[in-house]
Amino acid sequence: MLYWDREKECMPREELQELQLRRLKETVYRVYSFVPAYRAKMDAVGVKPQDIKSLADLQYLPFLTKQDFRDNYPFGLLATPMRDVVRIQSSSGTTGKPTVAGYTRNDIETWAQLMARCLTSAGATRDSVIQITWGYGLFTGGLGGHYGAEKIGAAVLPASGGNTKRQVQLMHDYGVTMLGCTPSYALVIYEEFLNMGLDRSEFKFKSGIFGAEPWSENMRKEIESKWEIDAYDVYGMTELVGPGVAIDCDYKQGLHLAEDHFIAEIIDPDTGEVLPEGSHGELVITSLTKEALPIIRYRTRDLTSINYEKCDCGRTHGRIQKILGRSDDMLIIRGVNVFPSMVESILLQIPGIEPQYQLIVERKNNLDRLEVQVEVSDKVFSDEVRKMEELEATIHRELNSGLGIAVKVRLVEPKSIERSEGKAKRIIDNRQI
Amino acid sequence: MAKQISVFLENKSGRLAHVTKVLGDAGINIRALSIADTSDFGILRLIVNDPVKAYRILKEEGFTASETEVIAVSMPDSPGGLAAVLDQMSEENLNIEYLYAFLGMKDNEALVVFKVEDIAKAKTSFNNKGIKFMEEQDLYQL
Repeated sequence: MLYWDREKECMPREELQELQLRRLKETVYRVYSFVPAYRAKMDAVGVKPQDIKSLADLQYLPFLTKQDFRDNYPFGLLATPMRDVVRIQSSSGTTGKPTVAGYTRNDIETWAQLMARCLTSAGATRDSVIQITWGYGLFTGGLGGHYGAEKIGAAVLPASGGNTKRQVQLMHDYGVTMLGCTPSYALVIYEEFLNMGLDRSEFKFKSGIFGAEPWSENMRKEIESKWEIDAYDVYGMTELVGPGVAIDCDYKQGLHLAEDHFIAEIIDPDTGEVLPEGSHGELVITSLTKEALPIIRYRTRDLTSINYEKCDCGRTHGRIQKILGRSDDMLIIRGVNVFPSMVESILLQIPGIEPQYQLIVERKNNLDRLEVQVEVSDKVFSDEVRKMEELEATIHRELNSGLGIAVKVRLVEPKSIERSEGKAKRIIDNRQI
Repeated sequence: MAKQISVFLENKSGRLAHVTKVLGDAGINIRALSIADTSDFGILRLIVNDPVKAYRILKEEGFTASETEVIAVSMPDSPGGLAAVLDQMSEENLNIEYLYAFLGMKDNEALVVFKVEDIAKAKTSFNNKGIKFMEEQDLYQL
């Protein structure tokens, strides 16, 4: 059983809560003082920093949502001046306003510590060779995994995404012991490994840390049995820090959430009410140590529950159940966030196209495929096939570049898109997650 | 000159049956038709006895449809009849988008429906070359 920071990870809960309260008070004081948007939100509900006297008082603070990020784009939520910011990351969406995160030097250190904790929980040591195939760039996956691996002292291979054949070759030739990637990509790499006809016994591959898209227990079993490895689930998002917020332990009974750095609440997504311990609902996260971008009660839109019983692994931090659903209509396709509203705004920029569309998501050969069906209106209809194919190609090109992922476009007859009570059903998700 | 009704259809079983049933129930008689298709969708092109009514019925049924100006050329129903017409059209630099044959025909005459780029130019050229084309009303009554 390996811990990166045993003292913090196994801290008695009473002590942990004292630490949380002290850090929460500091964080609330800082956002109220330095972030006008937070001050305005708190003033609007009449809460002052000194009103936060216990952890239970957290529920009186207003929520932070993705809309707040848009309203304060790009740097309005930062609590430090730009001269203290050493890194900027942002969400993968390329349409509309991306979610921007700033990091101070301490934030980068905290993030590396969090990821080191996660990688250690997934079996990494100084002797490990870790291949990171999450994208390097504005997306937090690549650099997050990278800094954590270096923090441990493991040898990190910054492979980034793509070129699956080369990924397999690297794993084989460099004796890679651990992989950090999306779970679906782990299976794509496996297929390529089979195609290449290499001998599994020549690989040193032992475990993988997978995240950035929802995946089921069944998929974990599939990855583990095919690759003969241990597969761990890592949780995070740009708004919170990136990956590193929560991680499976060897018992795989939920993801330990780093409670010395974050406070989790479960709320009813409709009423916003905090639900009793053990309830299933929307995960709300408050950061306790972030400097540049402190987060108070961020509505993650991820649906889960939290188990605070002490885990057999010895860690005391609460475990969030594997996240399988969302309380909004966001889709995660091959690690990229897609909102129907993004598709809509892209379609509306194409002359004559009406916003009658539907997103069909399938998982084939372990990769998610998004088909966008667009109704053909009289305005764009032509009796010539060539013109209709040009229209299809235009929609295809705009969606691919606007969403940042490859989609399939299908022109359909009007009203063939299911409407329930006048409201169009925008998403058909056929993935068995 | 003639009005063709063009209808957008998904490549899905039963769609063609549906559109022809809708027209049949309304007493519309199909005089000529063609379907252009891709793997995802098809475009049905129709010459009917009452294009105004046919268009209205299709719209009422929620189809995406349009009226398109086409020209129905009559030619000798003998070997080389179409070739001669195409040859003359080529000489006149008339670009053809598509064409299809008529179902019914008159004695010793074949009818072919043309969608051309420039219909006014086509008519002038046809008159110059002595190519016969059907007037709208005559065509629907065939």
